[in-house]
Amino acid sequence: MYRYDEFDRKLVTERAEQFGRQVEHRLSGKLSEEQFRPLRLMNGLYLQLHAYMLRINVPYGVLSSTQMRKLADIGRKYDKGYGHLTTRQNMQFNWIKLEETPDLLRELASVEMHGIQSSGNCIRNTTADEHAGVAADEVEDPRVYCEIIRQWSTLHPEFSFLPRKFKIAVTGSPHDRAAVKVHDIGLILDRDSSGHPIFEVIVGGGLGRTPFIGKTIREELPPSELLAYLEAILRVYNRFGRRDNKYKARIKVLVHETGAEEFRRLVDEEYANLKGGSLDVPQDEIDRIDAYFAPPDYAELPDECAALDAKMGENADFAEWVDQNVACHKQPGYAIANISVKMPGHAPGDLSSDQMDALADLADRFSFGEMRVTHRQNIVFTDVRKDELYGLWQDLVKLELAAANLNLIGDVICCPGLDYCALANARSIPVAEDITKRFADLKRQKEIGPLELNMSGCINACGHHHVGNIGILGVDKKGEELYQLTLGGCSHEDASLGVRTGPGFTVDDIGPAIETVLDTYVELREHGEEFIDTYRRVGMDPFKEKLYAAR
Amino acid sequence: MPLVKDGKLAEDGWQKVDPEATSMPSGDRLLVTLDQWTEHKVELCKRGGAFGVRLSPDHGPEEIADDLVHFDLVALEFPAFTDGRAYSHARLLRERYGFEGEIRAVGDVALEQLLFMHRSGFDAFEIASDSAVEDWETAFADIDVFYQPTADGRETALQARRRS
Repeated sequence: MYRYDEFDRKLVTERAEQFGRQVEHRLSGKLSEEQFRPLRLMNGLYLQLHAYMLRINVPYGVLSSTQMRKLADIGRKYDKGYGHLTTRQNMQFNWIKLEETPDLLRELASVEMHGIQSSGNCIRNTTADEHAGVAADEVEDPRVYCEIIRQWSTLHPEFSFLPRKFKIAVTGSPHDRAAVKVHDIGLILDRDSSGHPIFEVIVGGGLGRTPFIGKTIREELPPSELLAYLEAILRVYNRFGRRDNKYKARIKVLVHETGAEEFRRLVDEEYANLKGGSLDVPQDEIDRIDAYFAPPDYAELPDECAALDAKMGENADFAEWVDQNVACHKQPGYAIANISVKMPGHAPGDLSSDQMDALADLADRFSFGEMRVTHRQNIVFTDVRKDELYGLWQDLVKLELAAANLNLIGDVICCPGLDYCALANARSIPVAEDITKRFADLKRQKEIGPLELNMSGCINACGHHHVGNIGILGVDKKGEELYQLTLGGCSHEDASLGVRTGPGFTVDDIGPAIETVLDTYVELREHGEEFIDTYRRVGMDPFKEKLYAAR
Repeated sequence: MPLVKDGKLAEDGWQKVDPEATSMPSGDRLLVTLDQWTEHKVELCKRGGAFGVRLSPDHGPEEIADDLVHFDLVALEFPAFTDGRAYSHARLLRERYGFEGEIRAVGDVALEQLLFMHRSGFDAFEIASDSAVEDWETAFADIDVFYQPTADGRETALQARRRS
């Protein structure tokens, strides 16, 4: 993974010291809360319902075991012994005291981490395919470009007061695991006909109050011109994005109102001036960063692994886990182990400090000391020897992190909701817990098959409900929590937005409603069809009928 | 309001013409609005002297690009510090239109924005603060690693890497 050099290190240390002074000024009263607010937000510190929340960037989801241990420490020392994985591959702590944040940030800086731009109307942490560098279907590794974007976007003087927040996601595989079509900018890395890397550039996707699938405005962008092109997009957005209404301020609204064609023209005009200038990324810089992402020291192994097959034959639970959670690797004899952080009855994406420490140790033993955070709020060990999967799994069982429910209904995405968040209208964690308990039986989950259930506690859609195959949105209707249901969303290469079934459900009725939807699907599905395929074939009506028949 | 330029309190030698004024006062170094400039351009040019123009962020630098030769000062307004359009406008003035006169930040201008403003091309700041000079010094003391190439002349991390 990328390691800070003297410049990166200096900036993050300077920034931690600067924020330390700003906190002192706030505590001494030299700064009012009003003056302090933008400063703390630029450093990822939110004021929530009960305490401060600090969001810590995990750049494109890549985390070393050393960093994970530090996060475990921070959870213990400054929080209540746990942390929460977010849908943007970050980690947040929900019980932070303001006076302790300077020390906390200094500790983070010591492991090359920070909260800079994890909040505010600026360019946020760039996210990436969680299997970047190892996926069997990958064409190009997106991490090197994510790191180039990270540096360019950090404390960008022109783009720190944008109309609204700005999120970039990058993938280098045909199967999109990074939801690039629902980001402000989505980048798909591919190769042109002569084998050179190129980007397809998608803009104006997004969720929230007005969801949109992004539009492609550039088919074949060479990597050396990436920053010039991004700067052109951001400049057009910074100048012309709406600032009169915060709900219409995201770039998706600008692209929609301007029209993708005209937007592309504006960007091209700007780009023509920037291209070939000081933003060009020299090939030797790309190579320098690329070297950090060189493959680890893999053993030479055959791809067939008799030991693994034997263990799978002996232990049905292990076999289930391999079957569901382990993915194909580029390197023969290695596998990608997806670790579900979705135990039935637990808050999705929450890890205790003890679990974090243990995961760090396991990553050292089994995966070259590195792991990934996924936007579905799970952890990935990217480089596990097939003959060591059983050993890893045994330890995960002890940690209660061996749920074999990846991409099944138990693997829900969920925002913190009204239990923590000041923006939320409804609780989301208890509903997610209820659903995961309702479908705790793994056999039933597998019978239902691949399914993405996403849940948000308010219209801001941090839980990505619009792109869940089944989406749940918590709203407040005259003081009562109500849950709206959407069907047919998808965040992958064939992205689509979910459609509302009709009137919402109460907290007691939403679980049974999900059961009804799934019973209907099982009844209607044709052989081998996943939920999303059946929905796309039969449409909303049969589901609607069953859901509202009794009303 | 204190005016800081190059880290020092500066005398504001400009005459700010009332935005509502329909005729131009006599004297040199007039700072006028874009509307006033458009309206009185011929008269003012005939009269000669130094002029400054004040732009709200609703107006981009391309609107004055052809007239830049007449200006020694362009004042860019920040109606609120959260309105970041003028950062782009300042960069365009410096980097695209080659404006070498004073670019002044006016409006909601505070310590925390000074470094970003300076990096974008501003070189003068009307700061609503009792300690404007101290603010200026603080603003540049904290951070000295820069990733983005702008026209401010600061060495970027990439340039430093390639040099070493």
